[in-house]
Amino acid sequence: MTMGDGPLNIMLRGGDPATEAGYADAPPRMGFFTDTSVCIGCKACEVACKEWNGVPEDGLDWTGWSHDNSQGLGADTWRHVAFIEQRAPVGGHVTNFQRGTADQVGGQDGFRWLMSSDVCKHCTDAACLDVCPTGAIFRTEFGTVVVQADICNGCGYCVPACPYGVLDKREDDGRIFKCTLCYDRLEVGQEPACAKACPTDSIQFGELEELRARAGHRVEQLHEAGVIEARLYGHDPEDGVGGDGAFFLLLDEPEVYGLPPDPVVTTRDLPTMWKRVGVAAGVMLAATAASFVGAAR
Amino acid sequence: MSDEAVTREGQEGARPGREARTWSGVNGGRRRPEPTDHTRGSYYGNSIINPPVWEERDIAGYLFAGGLAGASSLLAAGADLTGRPRLARRAKLCATTAIGASLAALINDLGRPARFLNMLRVFKPTSPMSVGVWILFVYAPLNVAGSASELTGIVPRLGRAAGVGAGLLGPAVSSYTAALIADTAVPAWHEGHREMPFLFVGSAASAGAGFGLLAAPLAENAPARRMALLGAAGELVAEQLLERRLGMVVETMREGTAGRRLKVAKALTVAGALGAGALARRSRVAAALSGGALLAASALTRFGIFAAGMASARDPKYTVEPQRARLDQHSG
Repeated sequence: MTMGDGPLNIMLRGGDPATEAGYADAPPRMGFFTDTSVCIGCKACEVACKEWNGVPEDGLDWTGWSHDNSQGLGADTWRHVAFIEQRAPVGGHVTNFQRGTADQVGGQDGFRWLMSSDVCKHCTDAACLDVCPTGAIFRTEFGTVVVQADICNGCGYCVPACPYGVLDKREDDGRIFKCTLCYDRLEVGQEPACAKACPTDSIQFGELEELRARAGHRVEQLHEAGVIEARLYGHDPEDGVGGDGAFFLLLDEPEVYGLPPDPVVTTRDLPTMWKRVGVAAGVMLAATAASFVGAAR
Repeated sequence: MSDEAVTREGQEGARPGREARTWSGVNGGRRRPEPTDHTRGSYYGNSIINPPVWEERDIAGYLFAGGLAGASSLLAAGADLTGRPRLARRAKLCATTAIGASLAALINDLGRPARFLNMLRVFKPTSPMSVGVWILFVYAPLNVAGSASELTGIVPRLGRAAGVGAGLLGPAVSSYTAALIADTAVPAWHEGHREMPFLFVGSAASAGAGFGLLAAPLAENAPARRMALLGAAGELVAEQLLERRLGMVVETMREGTAGRRLKVAKALTVAGALGAGALARRSRVAAALSGGALLAASALTRFGIFAAGMASARDPKYTVEPQRARLDQHSG
């Protein structure tokens, strides 16, 4: 019998998911820290990911009024760079808009781009892994979450289970695909393709513990510099998914970037659901029995 | 770019080579933006979660047919044990047909139908789909055995035992699907996870009873009449409680396709239950009409719940606003 490691993780929150999943001698948990304050929206991560992982093209539809032509994470977009235009300056940064050369566009309030490279969060309590009925989704020794393409039968349960909207079905294939945190590269001592390609170190790859420390330092640094809206997202092991293996530094509310503000792993409520299912089934049995007892002939 | 290596002992090599600039000196940190500068909202209206990739016909259809099968098995077992042979026979065949159609729909909905048997690699209590597959793995053959024996007259005792076994599993078949859809991040399904099992068994019971009223002669339909009343009452009460639980997400059950389906479903449930209670004892036609209304109501309820879930998944506000409210509540 194979069990998902979700409930166990919930009980032992803060523990190492690979160890809890049964790896006797697991290496340190690896992850991403994506510092969006230095993302320049070059999309090198998207390209590197597609090239390395052989991810097919999935349309080039522009989102709204932005430079985003990959829309969001899905079966064929494992890194997605979000572009957000706002009438606000970033920190003490002076732009031409503030100098009055383009009042009609930015006005006196300034103008900024938010750019952020989104990716699978490799949750500590991963709903996709919990609900996968075939065991295709598994926890690696690095604490990451990977879909095995040779096992997945495309039931699609993980797709709506993910609170971040990461997994999706590749329509012409039928199976589900997502970021593997370049499991193949990690196994041979290489860092993931997106981090390798990122020219500004907006995507930082490393041991999760160290990344969390680095991120904390970076937020302090930004706050001191006046960028008070800088905040971490997904770094907290006490959050609804037990903390993300891939977490972010954001410059606005998560939902502005298309991220849920307070995601919770759905299986946290599964014990309640099973209890309720049991009671409901019992009620149905009893009600049916009552329908027969003493019924007219 | 960095030149790092990850080994079993951990990460080796260079860390990012420089500190990123913060512009703190550029303008003396003149501008201090307030967090309220930027409107809360969404990313160009895109959904936050990825909506289910399930086909409505297959999966909403399964929610209905699976419920019908489970309740029909239960009704058949009861009829068998209390000497109502015609009701037992017809309900048994209904259950077998419905569960057969369910399995076909479930397999058809897979991205790789040929890999259906991969479902049997593992048993995972954390996955309602896995639990459901194993329930069906026992339930469906019992149904087929019971029906085959019923039709052929071969090994009647074993066939009867199989039918009773299927009946005992019926409530599990009818209720686990509530956990199946509630165990997702779909707001309209997950937020209702406490009430959904009761709504589903109520809907299943009224469907099974509806079939009983439609198919059984007047002399044998008394249990179906009672089951119809209990099922319909349970369904309506559970739906009320569920709607109350959903908060603002309840819009998805009241508007659009889901709203229309659920409204008609409620009306048909009430009409069917009234007919079953008042007229189905005396009139074969009234019994059949009431039964038909209840069957249609159950199907519309399942398709309505399915549509509400899809609507709540597509619009980011149903994901963001309840989570935002939760955060605001926690921070005082």
